[in-house]
Amino acid sequence: METGTTGGTGGPEWVGLPGGLLTLRRLLLVIWMTLLAAVTAVVLGLAVGPAWAAVGGFWLAVLAWGWVLMGRNWRSWRYAERPDDLLISRGVLWREQTVVPYGRMQLVEVTSGPLERRFGLASVQLHTAAAATDAKIPGLVPAEAERLRDRLTALGEARSAGL
Amino acid sequence: MAAEPVASERRLHPFTPLRRAWVPIAATVGVIVQQGDRAGEWVADLSALLRVLTLLALVLVFGLYGFLSWWFTHFAVTDTELRIRTGLLFRRTAHIRLDRLQAVDVTRPLLARLTGVASLRLDVIGTDDKDELAFLGEKEAVALRAELLARAAGFTPEEAVALGQAPERELLRVSPRDIAVSLALSLSVLAALAGGILAPVFVWWISSSPWAAVVTLLPMLGAVWAGSAGRFLTEYDWTVAESPDGLRLDHGLLDRAHETVPPGRVQTVRIVEPLLWRRRNWVRVELAVAGSKNDVLVPVASRDAAYAVISRVLPGVDLAALAFEGSPRSGSRWVVPLWWKGYALAVSPDVFAARHGRLCRRTEIVPHAKVQSVRLSQGPWERARGLADVQVDTGANGTVTARLRAADEAAELLHAQAARSRTSRASARPDRWMT
Repeated sequence: METGTTGGTGGPEWVGLPGGLLTLRRLLLVIWMTLLAAVTAVVLGLAVGPAWAAVGGFWLAVLAWGWVLMGRNWRSWRYAERPDDLLISRGVLWREQTVVPYGRMQLVEVTSGPLERRFGLASVQLHTAAAATDAKIPGLVPAEAERLRDRLTALGEARSAGL
Repeated sequence: MAAEPVASERRLHPFTPLRRAWVPIAATVGVIVQQGDRAGEWVADLSALLRVLTLLALVLVFGLYGFLSWWFTHFAVTDTELRIRTGLLFRRTAHIRLDRLQAVDVTRPLLARLTGVASLRLDVIGTDDKDELAFLGEKEAVALRAELLARAAGFTPEEAVALGQAPERELLRVSPRDIAVSLALSLSVLAALAGGILAPVFVWWISSSPWAAVVTLLPMLGAVWAGSAGRFLTEYDWTVAESPDGLRLDHGLLDRAHETVPPGRVQTVRIVEPLLWRRRNWVRVELAVAGSKNDVLVPVASRDAAYAVISRVLPGVDLAALAFEGSPRSGSRWVVPLWWKGYALAVSPDVFAARHGRLCRRTEIVPHAKVQSVRLSQGPWERARGLADVQVDTGANGTVTARLRAADEAAELLHAQAARSRTSRASARPDRWMT
């Protein structure tokens, strides 16, 4: 049976996330922030004075800041399938790297919410016997998510171990 | 397998209905007492005969409930499972797999001891309180424990029944004096006592009403009791013994508990060294077993005695030889001032051991074979100082953290640890440890 990536002994082959997740998040950010900016500007402009409408600009600043932040966060997410374990790395300021050996996986879950489905996205979540294991890969293309799920379960069965 | 269970089904001890009936009766009486005056008026209106009749009806109804719930509870031991069938209206069947058995507890609460019964509980991940077999005859409970453990170990049913109770060898017995002294020397108990005395005095002084003081005293007494005398009662006569079917823990003055942890089930061992115990070289040992509620292995013992017990739980691990390495001084003292000195890490071919705390020092030891996943995390402040934390997750829902390691060391540790836990899993013993 074919086991693991034939990547040699060098560093892990990192795979980033497809762009769909970033588009979705940025779109949501733009919609919400422009809405908030408009409401704030209208309410303050009518209630206090026209000059106060400029306060709505605050939300636009948040929008610009969030736009950059989301890009950085999205770039920080990556995963690597190694011969015996899965590596997930994420975070910009608070960095976290998780290693889950295939033999420890109890369950692999593919989830996709209504918005995610609209954008053709799906998440893969791995569960081990330890609840603290938070190995989730968001924003994958459904085909890739399913491929990953099938591969992980196959590898998990081959290397399965008890508690 | 046949549709009808082959194994003979058994019922619980006939004492059980009394205990099941007792709880609702007590609850009803409690509600009536709480209602106070109104209930009093009610009762006063009734004639003596009616009162007796009501009481009789109450006892009858709940007695019937107790009897029926006992009548409809069956259990059976098959080759691979313990099956519990229960429920009158809402049927419930639990099949507990014996090869997934994590621990077996036989408990004898005070009342049950007087009547010669005991309850038996199997710890498997996901079992509820409902899956407790309460009550069985004392002899039956002990025999059932032996049979379940023998079957879980992989013996055939005939052997398992014939095998009986495995012989045990005592490893450690803690004297009541040591427990009393150790409790008197724990800061938490002292703090609870001081709080229990000072708070009511303070309330009295502020409100100048002794009643307010009494009202604050009552809940405080509960907490103080649980922390000191309650702990003394449960830890009284603590005995650790070794037998082929696992480690036996017997303890308790009023409520006796007998716990059995089969070999290879311990996920984490924690050595606790409170500040005031260090002069006497005493330690407390706690353990984590998946799905089990017990967490104390040795309440108090000298370091050598405790290490001898731990060497039975983690065979082949030499605790004295673990070389702990502290966090790098240059960066750590800016991230966690003063307390950084408490952090240390040791990795041996068998275990991952992390230490933390300065006043109360805790050392957590995880066998590599029990590691579920490994994580590395690094906050911005830590990165500026070239540090990172490594977390190791175990199946008992615990996480052992090695804080403040040098960043390059931590990155190396992450991969080395994943590789180590993979290879030692391959050589771990099977779930059925006798096969």
